[in-house]
Amino acid sequence: MTKKTFQKIKPYIWLLSFAVFSVVSFWFGFDPGKTIYRSFTESFVEMIIFIPFLFIIVGLFDVWFPKEKIEKYIGKDSGAKGILAVIILAMLQAGPLYGAFPVAYILFKKGASVRNIFIYLGAFSSLKIPMLGIEIGYLGLNFTLARTLVALPLFIATGYFMEWYLRNKKFEVYEIK
Amino acid sequence: MNNALIFITFSVFTSLVSFFLDKDKTILGFKKGLNMFKNIVVPFLNVLILVSLLLFIVPPRLIVEYLGAGSGAIGFAIAAIVGSITLIPGFISYPIAASLIKQGASYSTVAVFMTTLMMVGVVTLPLEIKYFGKKVAIMRNVLNFVVAIIIGILIGIIL
Repeated sequence: MTKKTFQKIKPYIWLLSFAVFSVVSFWFGFDPGKTIYRSFTESFVEMIIFIPFLFIIVGLFDVWFPKEKIEKYIGKDSGAKGILAVIILAMLQAGPLYGAFPVAYILFKKGASVRNIFIYLGAFSSLKIPMLGIEIGYLGLNFTLARTLVALPLFIATGYFMEWYLRNKKFEVYEIK
Repeated sequence: MNNALIFITFSVFTSLVSFFLDKDKTILGFKKGLNMFKNIVVPFLNVLILVSLLLFIVPPRLIVEYLGAGSGAIGFAIAAIVGSITLIPGFISYPIAASLIKQGASYSTVAVFMTTLMMVGVVTLPLEIKYFGKKVAIMRNVLNFVVAIIIGILIGIIL
């Protein structure tokens, strides 16, 4: 096999191996293989009936609520409006928490308050819309709603606490090159 | 099935409203969504394979014993500590969380696991220190650990 073709199939290597494994399992009547395959198809069906719709919603959100517009409302004296703006801004993002640190730097540079930076990090960690969608799909609407409604006031409280904790200290977000 | 119905209803509704307001924007949104779906579908399938394998290897009895409703404070503590230390992307952790619940883990334990996973990062702490400084980064993680515990306990009371 040439290097080029390997690079091409590399992302699918797990899927291919699993397909071969499943076919062989059924061919020779290897029971553990059959069980694993059944549990896979079960979770696959579970996923495929909601994930495409989730991404339609996420895509529409992306075009109707551009992030640049919201960034205007996050200044130092922004009050409740600012809190709402950072939360919505965070909800529109994607990726793991460490991906939020560079954004925190940008918010800091743009003059966001200490409070809003930490509210942003909290909301980013667990209120991102695509993730909420997946959470509803897997753990149900009740769980997601309960967790979100419990978490939100706690994130805002964390922001206020950090602001109080850092009131006499010099707070800075550093840029990493 | 119930959840799928929520998604289908909501996405059809928002699509119709969006289409009515702005046809071009809606099509652009569909394209963006489709692209994101394309990017996630292979990693997602890999996760499902992994979860199916794990479910076969780890007997449900073990999960129930350590994380189940009867595991009490110890199960809760295990979930909080494992969640704080490990770094598992969200779309991987949700299928795992769902299977934990199916195998008998409590909502409270799963909530604390998910929340520490998302909010507390021991592995990424060195990186976080570079952005915020030592004091602030450690403070944020400690604070979020406490918040995650509170969330877990409250979820246990609510659900």
